[in-house]
Amino acid sequence: MIKVALVGAGKMGVSHLSILGAHPDVEIVGVCDTSKIVTDFLSRYSKMECFSNFQKMLDKITPDAIFVAVPTKFHYEIIKYAIEKNIHVFAEKPFCLNTAQGEELVKLAAKHRIINQVGYHNKFVGTFKEVKRLINSGVIGDVYHFLAESYGPVVTKAKQSSWRSNPDDGGGCLMDYASHVIDLVNDIISPITEVKGATLKSIYSQTVEDAVYAVLETSSKVSGILSVNWSDETYRKMSTTVTIMGTKGKIISDANELKVFVKEDKTGGYTKGWNVKYITDLTDQVNFNLRGEEYSAQVDYFIDAVMKRKPNTINTFENAWETDKAIALIKKHK
Amino acid sequence: MERILFGDNQFFAVNHISDEKSRAQSIQFKSDDAIIKTLNHAQDAGLNTFMCTTHDRIIGICDVIRKNPEQYKDFKIYPCMPYAHKYANAVTELGIAGTIKQYVPGNLFGSIFKGGMALLSKDYISLMELMIDAEMKMFKGINTPVIFLQNVITDLLLGLRAEEILVAFYNHIKKKYNAEAGFITMNMPKLYEVLERNGIENPIICSSINKVGFRMSGSIKAYEDVLKTKKGRFIAMQVLAGGAIPPSEALEYVSKLPNIESILFGASSKKNIESTVSYIEKFDKEAPPVDK
Repeated sequence: MIKVALVGAGKMGVSHLSILGAHPDVEIVGVCDTSKIVTDFLSRYSKMECFSNFQKMLDKITPDAIFVAVPTKFHYEIIKYAIEKNIHVFAEKPFCLNTAQGEELVKLAAKHRIINQVGYHNKFVGTFKEVKRLINSGVIGDVYHFLAESYGPVVTKAKQSSWRSNPDDGGGCLMDYASHVIDLVNDIISPITEVKGATLKSIYSQTVEDAVYAVLETSSKVSGILSVNWSDETYRKMSTTVTIMGTKGKIISDANELKVFVKEDKTGGYTKGWNVKYITDLTDQVNFNLRGEEYSAQVDYFIDAVMKRKPNTINTFENAWETDKAIALIKKHK
Repeated sequence: MERILFGDNQFFAVNHISDEKSRAQSIQFKSDDAIIKTLNHAQDAGLNTFMCTTHDRIIGICDVIRKNPEQYKDFKIYPCMPYAHKYANAVTELGIAGTIKQYVPGNLFGSIFKGGMALLSKDYISLMELMIDAEMKMFKGINTPVIFLQNVITDLLLGLRAEEILVAFYNHIKKKYNAEAGFITMNMPKLYEVLERNGIENPIICSSINKVGFRMSGSIKAYEDVLKTKKGRFIAMQVLAGGAIPPSEALEYVSKLPNIESILFGASSKKNIESTVSYIEKFDKEAPPVDK
């Protein structure tokens, strides 16, 4: 059994707790949150030991691993404290508020040899996994351009009052929404290392941007357009799409549907012309499903890595730090 | 429960395999008239139970139903609550406590937070009851014999092991609405075990059941084992796995499974409603549903 503690029982934190609660190899040994209504509920009904201070929790109990799901500005302090106690860390995205903090934590995690993962769940979506496999196997030839998009209805009116509206807390569409898409491009193609131009647009928010439009380039010299808007009510929920152009074909994929056009007949089930595959064909079974397989799959993967059943190679701190670096480059164009 | 239940996903742009289709549906069902027209097609095909989320737009649909008592005299709605995205977006913006404050009427919230007093378990259950009552307002005067808890909440509570809350939902629905509580889940075998352990007999459970095992957590075999060996009123949803399985093959599989009391499906066109109904009727004739 892996002993797990969690800091930050908000929307993502409670979701992680539920998945961990159903995991056969996990024992939840502590939960930390500043909201009494949340901790009272968890101690009363879920019989979890709750704390309001993460240091006190980690000093008292000795978990094997910790989940950090607090606003980004608190990540650095909590993750550092945990690593120094040799506790494995799963942190929510984005990784850190700035790249210097991220670099320090990447090095510290390596020094202490702890398992480290960041919650970019798109990596565990069947269609996006298949896109990566297709690119790597050269099915669409040499990749030369991408379009990465994400839209959804988070901020649809002027009034706002949470940490998401505060840039110093890690709020704003770039860190919260666009980070998912940037991270996906970094993983599927190669890390974004140059920003040719960017617009950070406020639509309803006063203090942060609600949309990010940018022209980018990856380390492999692939050009791309990023178009992300969290104030788009024409979407029921967050929808991410990547379109990738190659010399021998094209891929259009969202979390549900993968469309591949190839110029030549290829092995692996893809034939000349358009091919369509659905998430139903590409989804692995999970033991417990809450809000979608990818959330359980990423937690399972982390627990497997802690138990040494899988390598610690997907969504590492280092990968997430690359994404933080791209975010910093885009911010410069404000 | 009727053998076939008509669902609402198509009306609210929920499509599990295509964002493009969901956009097309959102355009098609922009007006309440378009929804009503499709519901009438379902009625013409013999379907009198509409299973729907407590989406704001259902308010308008309920108004039409109330205004035409003669046409909808046999019509039943199975509400499924809450409309999760409403709360998910609110939690994103306001946090958990802020969301409760926004959606719970009355003074309860204020009294809970006064001076950080220790909460009694009763307060949480009262809180949940108030939220159920707020969601149920739109159905006043409409026959709602079964009321469901949406899978996001059922499964969240299941993972958190907050079994008392699941039981409290069951009890409140029974007592206040003289209705039966149903549970939607993506983890049917696990939920069954929990409900059974808490003394909820012959539960109504709606879950994904399809030939390819899509969204059947654990394994397709675990689901089939429950259906074969346990007593419950099971509803199969996502039988077409979002359109991944051809309808005849998909419906043949699910029609021939034991212990499936109802099949839930949604469709946008008269033609698709009629063909799905006729497939189910055909397979039921070949192998009548097995009684528990």
